[in-house]
Amino acid sequence: MKFDTPAGTSPIDQLKVIGRPTDRIDGKYKTTGTAPYAYERHDAVPNQAYGFVLGSAIAKGRIDAMHLSDARSAPGVLAIVTTLDTPRLGRGRMNAAYLFGGPVIQHYHQAIAVVVAETFEQARAAAHLIRVDYRQEPGKYDLEAEAPHAEPVASDSGEGSGAPHEARIGNFEEAFAAAPVKLDESYTTSDESHAMMEPHATIAAWNGDKLTLWTSNQMIAWGKGSIAKILGIPAENVRLDAPYVGGGFGGKLFIRADAVLAALGAKAAGRPVKLALTRPLIANNTTHRPATIQRIRIGANPDGTITAIAHESTSGNLADGKPETAVDQTRLLYAGANRLTALRLAHLDLPEGNAMRAPGEAPGLLALEIAMDEMAEKLGIDPVQFRIINDTQVDPEKPERRFSHRDLVGCLRHGAERFGWDRRQQQPGHVRDGRWLVGYGMAVGFRNNLLTKSAARVRLDGRGMVTVETDMTDIGTGSYTILAQTAAEMMGVPLEMVNVRLGDSAFPASAGSGGQWGANNSTAGVYAACVKLREAVAAKLGFNSAEAVFADNEVRSGNRSVPLAAAASGGELVAEDMIEYGDLAKKQQQSTFAGHFAEVGVDAATAEIRVRRMLAVCAAGRILNPKSARSQVIGAMTMGVGAALMEKLAVDTKRGFFVNHDLAGYEVPVHADIPHQDVVFLDEVDPMSSPMKAKGVAELGICGVGAAVANAVYNATGIRVRDYPLTLDKLIERLPEAV
Amino acid sequence: MKAFTYERVSSPAQAVAAVARNPGAKFIAGGTNLLDLMKLQIETPTHLVDINSLKLDGIEATPEGGLRIGALMRNTDLAADERIRRDYGVLSRALLAGASGQLRNRATTAGNLLQRTRCPYFYDTAHPCNKREPGSGCSALDGVSRQLGVVGVSEACIATNPSDMAVAMRALDATIETVDADGKTRAIPIAEFHRLPGDTPHVETVLDPGELITAVTLPPPVGGKQVYRKVRDRASYAFALVSVAAIVQPDGTGRVALGGVAHKPWRIEGADAELSRGAKAAAAALLADAKPTRDNAFKLPLVERTIATVLTEARA
Repeated sequence: MKFDTPAGTSPIDQLKVIGRPTDRIDGKYKTTGTAPYAYERHDAVPNQAYGFVLGSAIAKGRIDAMHLSDARSAPGVLAIVTTLDTPRLGRGRMNAAYLFGGPVIQHYHQAIAVVVAETFEQARAAAHLIRVDYRQEPGKYDLEAEAPHAEPVASDSGEGSGAPHEARIGNFEEAFAAAPVKLDESYTTSDESHAMMEPHATIAAWNGDKLTLWTSNQMIAWGKGSIAKILGIPAENVRLDAPYVGGGFGGKLFIRADAVLAALGAKAAGRPVKLALTRPLIANNTTHRPATIQRIRIGANPDGTITAIAHESTSGNLADGKPETAVDQTRLLYAGANRLTALRLAHLDLPEGNAMRAPGEAPGLLALEIAMDEMAEKLGIDPVQFRIINDTQVDPEKPERRFSHRDLVGCLRHGAERFGWDRRQQQPGHVRDGRWLVGYGMAVGFRNNLLTKSAARVRLDGRGMVTVETDMTDIGTGSYTILAQTAAEMMGVPLEMVNVRLGDSAFPASAGSGGQWGANNSTAGVYAACVKLREAVAAKLGFNSAEAVFADNEVRSGNRSVPLAAAASGGELVAEDMIEYGDLAKKQQQSTFAGHFAEVGVDAATAEIRVRRMLAVCAAGRILNPKSARSQVIGAMTMGVGAALMEKLAVDTKRGFFVNHDLAGYEVPVHADIPHQDVVFLDEVDPMSSPMKAKGVAELGICGVGAAVANAVYNATGIRVRDYPLTLDKLIERLPEAV
Repeated sequence: MKAFTYERVSSPAQAVAAVARNPGAKFIAGGTNLLDLMKLQIETPTHLVDINSLKLDGIEATPEGGLRIGALMRNTDLAADERIRRDYGVLSRALLAGASGQLRNRATTAGNLLQRTRCPYFYDTAHPCNKREPGSGCSALDGVSRQLGVVGVSEACIATNPSDMAVAMRALDATIETVDADGKTRAIPIAEFHRLPGDTPHVETVLDPGELITAVTLPPPVGGKQVYRKVRDRASYAFALVSVAAIVQPDGTGRVALGGVAHKPWRIEGADAELSRGAKAAAAALLADAKPTRDNAFKLPLVERTIATVLTEARA
């Protein structure tokens, strides 16, 4: 199905199942331990051996030799595959660093061997017996030191909208110089780890030249193509299966060392091999969100109208890596005739920087939305009002291009009222509640809505059961449930008559899970397949498909009504289709919007920062399942608190690695850090997005949150911190005397 | 993890004998720290002597009017004990500030005293660490050191002791009771139990090899307001940047010990004498010879400010 004209009315608009707050249909399996994750697929294939991945102990250089005799003779060892006896393998989609093969070390904990043994403990113990002769080379590990040498680089971050190395509209420099009110500040954001609960894990089994991977991956079709390319085998010989994924946040968008080394280990051992990356390897072997240094300049008239806005971002990466596109949102978010955005990339020999939840916008808004707060203060205008003044209904770089639907102002007005924004003391540092200095902050959330083709198959059996099959993944997001809701709505059956099967590369290729594109596109794919199935049913039952109504397990038209199951009485009906998109997204800009509000307390003595309450008001098209959408947003808000207050991969700039490479050292928020969270979805639809009229929401939830917290810290203390995370050491010397 | 043998013993005498018989043996109780370190091959015992059935998990009154806490008493049980909560509040509060409920259910009193540092370089076997591999060097000195020590540090090591419980016990002047392979017992004041790193940071306590902790005794209650304040980046389940255990009497005198700043729970008796003069004076005495790194210099003002807020709380 080609979607190239705005959506009209469809069975989806009945909203009998779609749009209802619905429990996750996989929830009972998750909570009873009966939803097996990749490492737990004990019954997928017999005779599984265990693999353990050894990471490089140096950050840059070469391996001269690896001494294996002790490891080979260790108890239980079945096979060892080293990087020295493997030619450098190709790279898969979005890989910058090479995953395996050859003597060259590009980064710390790059995989250099896999040991396969009868038990996990034997594999791990043997891996420790491998002695490696390294030849270390000096590397570049300090972004601040390398930033002056950074080069202008464009990016089309595979999971976002991307930006050219420089975009200019009007004459920024002239307008900025002439602006009566100006801001010119720099901000930094940290390297961050996805820190998902389920580690990267794979079970690999060969059957002749055919490879099956039971794995944990967000993008099954990408993964299938990538593993084939990396291993140099035909894609049709590869099957991936990932029905349950315990979080990814972008860290599992692509094939990583677990899949490659499970496959190589299984080949060498002649047995299925299962392995998981250890926590340290997740920080240093896989990918992370790169740190940024951002400069923002804003010029405005005294009435608050922005006349000039510039956002420049520098990040670092390995050769062939991309810059973090932290300027994305600044091209679209606020009006202003004179504009400049620029991306620069420094070479760093740290592990690979790549997509993490809302790449670009998440770190970009951390900076931009502090800058907006600072500018509002300079202008003496309320921060909410300042944003409303500079709202735009058109793409500021191409004013002929409208937003498909943009109700940022609605988010802000509704949010301000619901949060009690009018109680905010404009003068910072003036509200005290016992030991706490209390402040309010707000920020805008913005993330683009991305359209990508997505296919599905639907089956109707003789009992009237509808089965959906697509390689879409559920990474904890609720995909199972919204796909079931879509099929139930289209076929006129209750939710329990729908069976959803996901994550298998044998199923039609979906949009996958990333870039907050999963929900809208994958449900639209199921919609397309259901349209076909309805036609097949109508034909089978002798209905005119345009007139047939599918409801209550029946198909009706006029006075005639037939059980839906009757259509499949002579055998299962199967329909498959794909949603594909025309140029609607080119003609109009599709984005999602939020107003984030936060109240924080800052301990007047210790400068510890604790969030007291949060609110997100989101405008993101039709909300397919308010319950799972809310879960996505509160999870994202939590991650936003992490970025604001604690998450930082600490770089050892001498040795070139992320030092705090476990969940004790890399702190993410715990329950005690997260207070009352309130989420509101504005009631809206966007007919330009898809037949579902929905848009992404899961990444919108993180975008801007950290800045709302940072602005609240400023409001509480009068101390402006521009370096994330806002830890107490950045405040303590500037707080008034304790007691 | 290296392969190891394992046995269970049922008396302290059997326990010390079993360790004496097996060079490379270690006691295991809760295992909340030891097992993690074994998986990373930072600890590589060849034999584990499981002391969980030693019946050292009770708590009893001493003739002097204090309490004798069995070495195997779980942190959860100790924190919840009525006598601890009533008379030694700083200890209960310190215990509950540590780890998580699950870990406290497992972790023992003696094990908590013996837990090892959380210095990230101690945990990464690819990098030099004098504590892990004596003589190899200290990566933290010119590495990432935000969490690490500011007082009592040496050129060889700037690691901190991560315990909360031990800080409170230091303020309470606890005594550690042990038995060795010869059946000899001794009582070690907690002030002398943990060592400063000096040039042997791998030797963390004064325990002899194979010596077993059997109990920790607390002197009779000293009364006063007892406060434990743990400062950290997140609200729970994080090691202290700085912690303060304080016992403040109505006349303003008292005791103060610090966590998160040194290789041992940090108390300077001279600082106690300054307490009645206020936080600035007490902090100055506690941190007189501080040698912070650029990363952790913030701990100095943080200590002073935390003591100040603790004193305010105690006097309220």
